[in-house]
Amino acid sequence: MGSSRSRMDDIPHAQQLIHETDFSAAHLLRLHQRFKLLDKYQTGELRPRDFGAIPALALNPIGDRIIGAFFSPGQETLDFPSFVRILAHFRPTDPNRSRDGTQQELANSRTRKLKFAFQLYDQDGDGKISRAELLQVLRAMLETQVVEEQLQSIAERAIQEADLDKDDAISFDEFRRSLEKVNIDHKMSIRFLK
Amino acid sequence: MKMQFPLLLLLLLFSATADLSGTADLRETGLSIPASAPPLHLCPQSGAPRDLAPPGLASARSAAGEPEEAQNVGHHGGGFRVVQWEWTYVQTPYIIAMWLLVASVAKILFHFSQHFTTVVPESCMLILLGLVLGGVVLVANKKQLYQLDPALFFLFLLPTIVGDAGYFMSARLFFDNLGAILTYAVVGTLWNAFCCGFSLYAAKLLQVIDERVEADLMDFLLFGALISAVDPVAVLAVFEEVHVNDTLFIIVFGESLVNDAVTVVLYKVYISFVEVGVENVETADYFKGVASFFIVSIGGTLVGVVFAVILGFITRFTKKVRIIEPLFVFLLVYLAYLTAELFSLSAILSMTFCGIGANKYVEANISQKSRTTVKYTMKTLASIAETIIFIFLGISAVDKSKWAWDTGLVSCTLVFIFVFRAVGVIGQTWVLNRFRLIPLDKIDQVVMSYGGLRGAVAFALVVLLDGEQVKAKDYFVATTIVVVFFTVMFQGLTIKPLVKWLKVPRSSSRKPTINEEIHERAFDHILTAVEDIAGLQGYHHWRDKWEQFDKNYLSKLLLRKSVYRKSELWEAYQKINIRDAISVIDQGGNVLTSARLSLPSMASRASFPEFTNVTNYLRENGSGVCLDLQVIDNVPGAKVEEDTETHHVLAENLYKPRRRYQSHYSRHFMSLGEKERQDREVFQRNMKSRMETFKSTRYKRHKKERSLKKRQGPDTKEDRDKPRRNVSWQDTDQVFVSVESDEEKDEHSDAEKEEDVGITFVARKTETPKPRPKSVPPAVGDSHSPTAAPPSLTTGGSLLPWKGSVSSPPPCVSVEATKIIPVDLQQAWNQSISSLESVSSPPAHTEPVHPRVSALSRLGVPRPVSYSPPGSVGGCTSSIGSQVVQSSLCFPEKKKEEEMEEEQEKEEEAELQPLLAPPTSPTKPPPPPGSAPSSGKRRKPSVYLRSLVTTPSTGSNESHSRGPTQL
Repeated sequence: MGSSRSRMDDIPHAQQLIHETDFSAAHLLRLHQRFKLLDKYQTGELRPRDFGAIPALALNPIGDRIIGAFFSPGQETLDFPSFVRILAHFRPTDPNRSRDGTQQELANSRTRKLKFAFQLYDQDGDGKISRAELLQVLRAMLETQVVEEQLQSIAERAIQEADLDKDDAISFDEFRRSLEKVNIDHKMSIRFLK
Repeated sequence: MKMQFPLLLLLLLFSATADLSGTADLRETGLSIPASAPPLHLCPQSGAPRDLAPPGLASARSAAGEPEEAQNVGHHGGGFRVVQWEWTYVQTPYIIAMWLLVASVAKILFHFSQHFTTVVPESCMLILLGLVLGGVVLVANKKQLYQLDPALFFLFLLPTIVGDAGYFMSARLFFDNLGAILTYAVVGTLWNAFCCGFSLYAAKLLQVIDERVEADLMDFLLFGALISAVDPVAVLAVFEEVHVNDTLFIIVFGESLVNDAVTVVLYKVYISFVEVGVENVETADYFKGVASFFIVSIGGTLVGVVFAVILGFITRFTKKVRIIEPLFVFLLVYLAYLTAELFSLSAILSMTFCGIGANKYVEANISQKSRTTVKYTMKTLASIAETIIFIFLGISAVDKSKWAWDTGLVSCTLVFIFVFRAVGVIGQTWVLNRFRLIPLDKIDQVVMSYGGLRGAVAFALVVLLDGEQVKAKDYFVATTIVVVFFTVMFQGLTIKPLVKWLKVPRSSSRKPTINEEIHERAFDHILTAVEDIAGLQGYHHWRDKWEQFDKNYLSKLLLRKSVYRKSELWEAYQKINIRDAISVIDQGGNVLTSARLSLPSMASRASFPEFTNVTNYLRENGSGVCLDLQVIDNVPGAKVEEDTETHHVLAENLYKPRRRYQSHYSRHFMSLGEKERQDREVFQRNMKSRMETFKSTRYKRHKKERSLKKRQGPDTKEDRDKPRRNVSWQDTDQVFVSVESDEEKDEHSDAEKEEDVGITFVARKTETPKPRPKSVPPAVGDSHSPTAAPPSLTTGGSLLPWKGSVSSPPPCVSVEATKIIPVDLQQAWNQSISSLESVSSPPAHTEPVHPRVSALSRLGVPRPVSYSPPGSVGGCTSSIGSQVVQSSLCFPEKKKEEEMEEEQEKEEEAELQPLLAPPTSPTKPPPPPGSAPSSGKRRKPSVYLRSLVTTPSTGSNESHSRGPTQL
């Protein structure tokens, strides 16, 4: 990785981040290295085009949506703490930590994970996945494999299935319910290397 | 169960002694035994129906040379025996069949008692049964004849089980947990083997094990190697009934499959060491042993992968030989096993990877029927193989000559394998959990330790030992049997309560919903992207890489082009839809079933002379169909008339025509069963109604897509055309399909339309004086004119189908049936009906539905004019003429739209289409003679065919029939 080794001192708000996200110091260091590598012009902030430079991401059918999810609405840049906070969504849930649920909900809780996924669909941010939004995602994911008609049917079916209040859109609550039986913790977590 | 047990015993006794005496006699004489041999007497007297087979078989064979009947059994002519006892001839297959029968019947009996089978695993019962059987054989013969023959086991029984397991194993699950599986399989098995070996040797040195057991370190290591491997057969048998969660199952079962490589290598290395003697083993040999491990495991895997590719590639081209598709699957998977065995690689690994690898492509390539066949055949074979294995394990145990009991050895082995298994699992899990995303908790570890069952593989290996080289073989055999029995029976019996007590998460058989399918795909993409962003080359990164590779190269190579385009999500969607449809039928219960679904089958089951029965049935039923029938009931008339009437009502209004007879037989194709067609039909309806809701808004898009599709080239075209062509040449009955299947594919709007007007039709028809069948002069000459006559011929046939041909299928559901469609369908239905309101739909206007015809009708302005002369049409009233005018003017626009959708569906359902019954063939009005010049060219083939089909059967009814049906 980068020529300059990161040290904890270089990382802004390191302790606070560790506390907030539960990442270990080693994780944080590693992520910081990655951050600096992505930040080609050493501005201390990432822009969407920096993400666009990752070759594998260009192949990802919903890559640009995911990039978009890293940037809060209206903002063009991403600093390291936000970067880490977003990635913290994907930490596997720590069974020991989740028991003492008194403190503020961690980023890797089930709801937060689902929220992250939900906002990928909900591009206009109205709190609902409309049919058109669902179709867009489906179209991106399935590319050339299916004809529009099939996409329509799938979307139609998906909305019918999830839509409980019959408003022809999937709200977050409906989204969560439709995935009630899925082990989100397994499906929305990655193992961060030490 | 108590009731059944004596019966079972009796049965077994008979079969065992039958086998026995036959074999025994055979050994004494070595010749064919005359008809008075005891088994023959025994069998018929036993009274069990299966025992009737032997005389039949014997006589069948002798009948080839001698014309006498089987009744002459027991009668002996002078030098010429009427019936010969041909035991030698049938002996081998007969005994095998007997054993299979015994095993299967045993299974049935076990499952009589629900309560019993939930407590006691089947494998336990089978072993017990084997013990009993073995005892019977031993008592009867003083010598054990049967035992689990290693060659039989490794060449036939084991591959069926492994093949089934490998083919149906979830690849995703397997590779998700590959790390854990490999660790447990390699490290765990090595650990167990060495620890057991050394500990037993230590026990021997400490004289816990008796001195009579002549074994040194190598022997114990060898024994440790074969006893330490978890057995796939036992694990499957026990875990299948326990239903632990998928992860846990795949880890234990995956381990039992993969550890085969380790076992094979260790076993072979030790055997060779024992043969040359420990003192002659050089250091290089140890390294060779290590090297051979990699060769055996990687080589086995490679063989499997190669065969998987071959299998995928072959099934790409089986479109025209659907019937042997399953055979390819069995053959190649089995060949993967044999080939690996041939090169003494790990055969289990090879077969597993062949199954896992090929599954995706094969399942996509082969037809639904073949999929079902593969599934059931594999399951049947595996199940029976498993049964035989356990029974034979039991029988083999009852053989004194092979036993040599040493309490020290047995108890030490039992303790050691259990302890080392537990220690090994805990140690490895501790390491693994540092790397695993989802750590394995303590409960998992307990189940994994406890689930380390030993089984038939160990037994077969120990039997294979050379008694000359391994002096303590008999002790080892006895110990192995005890270990196997202990793990399978004791642990197998107790693991269920244990799992319950520990509250191990169970697996759910729930099928994913479409939302889950979509979102989980999205999650995969998200995780891959996040890994890329975070710069981790993690699991998802590589999985994505693999999927890219698969999509870009492998799938292109191994999948049919038509399939390649299909997305998995779409497949999932279809599956869910079908499942829904079926459950709708199940839940909808009487209403739906009686009115819409079982009716067709009723009608098709009841032959037409019994038509009144159907009428009664409908009347009693109180469903919407009866409305129409009441109309009929009011019509006074002869019985024939009523029959005619009934038939017409049904023909016109019932939902879908069905063929009554699947008269056609082909070795290359299988016709669809009635049930299946109904399922499809429901599925289609579901789809159609959904699509219908888009209809009004998406007209333009259809157009675009259609033009797109046209550009898609010959591939899709082939798909569309092929099945239809097949059908039309196979079965004269189905010639209709070439015309009607297009209609069928159309959006249900047309079906609705017909049904909608069906009511009117019925009402009017009762008013219209019916032309009597007998009064109508035969107009056979007409029938040979291809342009005008054929449709009327069809209708003629449909009037009195019981008198004419069977070619007009009985139709099914009336308009009124729409009333009892389940709610969501109903909504779609209503929508579509309202969307159609603008179009005045003439009663009998099915024709424009056909795309080609509809194109013509756009051209065919003269059509109404030429249509109007009612002289050509039998019972046509003048009002119809105007209706037709209206319709033919309105239709083109509408039809165009429908045509688009039709195209859509046609493609998707290309395979289904020919199988579906044509909707309303009898109602088809004759093509207007005026439009004939323009239409003649294009319609000719189908028309010609139709006339071919119907000409012989219709005959005299032709002209009179036209009136009612056409209306």
